[in-house]
Amino acid sequence: MCVDTNGDTGVGLLGDPTRRAIFELLARNPSSVRELAERLPVSRPAVSQHLRVLKDGGLVVSRAEGTRRVYQLNPVGVNALRTYLDRIWDEALLAFHKAAVAANSKPNQEQ
Amino acid sequence: MSELSVPAIRGKVTVDVPIECAFDVFTNSFDSWWPREFHIGQPDIAEAIIEPREGGRWYERGVDGSECDWGRVLAWEPPHRFVVTWQINGQWQFDPDPSRASEVEVLFAADGPERTTVEVTHQYIGRLEGSQVLYEAISEGSGSWPSLLARFEKAAVEQDKV
Repeated sequence: MCVDTNGDTGVGLLGDPTRRAIFELLARNPSSVRELAERLPVSRPAVSQHLRVLKDGGLVVSRAEGTRRVYQLNPVGVNALRTYLDRIWDEALLAFHKAAVAANSKPNQEQ
Repeated sequence: MSELSVPAIRGKVTVDVPIECAFDVFTNSFDSWWPREFHIGQPDIAEAIIEPREGGRWYERGVDGSECDWGRVLAWEPPHRFVVTWQINGQWQFDPDPSRASEVEVLFAADGPERTTVEVTHQYIGRLEGSQVLYEAISEGSGSWPSLLARFEKAAVEQDKV
């Protein structure tokens, strides 16, 4: 329903359930690949691959912390907020569609 | 802080109703369809309102009677178009500074006597206070973010089934 003119950013990036789970985990706690893999039913390479996509999309950044690399939501970009708003409008328009159809069908039923 | 270039969000939906009906439901009956979880006041939301005129308020009224602004009506051209500001930042709070306001334009086009396409464009998102505050809001654990995402997921799945 939502026309995403931005290719793989926005809703597209979180369309994958595992990627969405990673995004949610990072929203609460900056984590390493290992920590993410421990909390999810996927392998470390799979986690790494999803993280790369999230990084390329600007939702996530990483930093070195000693010997490990820690991932977190991108604190300076606004892509995370944009993604959130995108989802809000998706849901809102779906609800509007239902309401409009319902409003229009009422008079017909009375006739 | 300079304005960040963020692509606009564009949504489109086609409904089998006349254009006047689509505009009326979207604006005058805004409260009847806007998802209840998307609100910014402390109390639960009782009503969400778009005042039908240029310069009108877009706001919510909580169950305790308190009011929270969301934005202002910039253009009012029924039944074809209206524009409102979206001044809700990443911390899910109203930001009164107009220089940090994003804008939502809604266009209605009649595809036929009983068919209307509604296009929503949410632009200037880069003006909003961004994901730094969003990140903090999430980290502070209001608990709303994961549940919101879960609901989104549910809706998306249901949407796919249709």
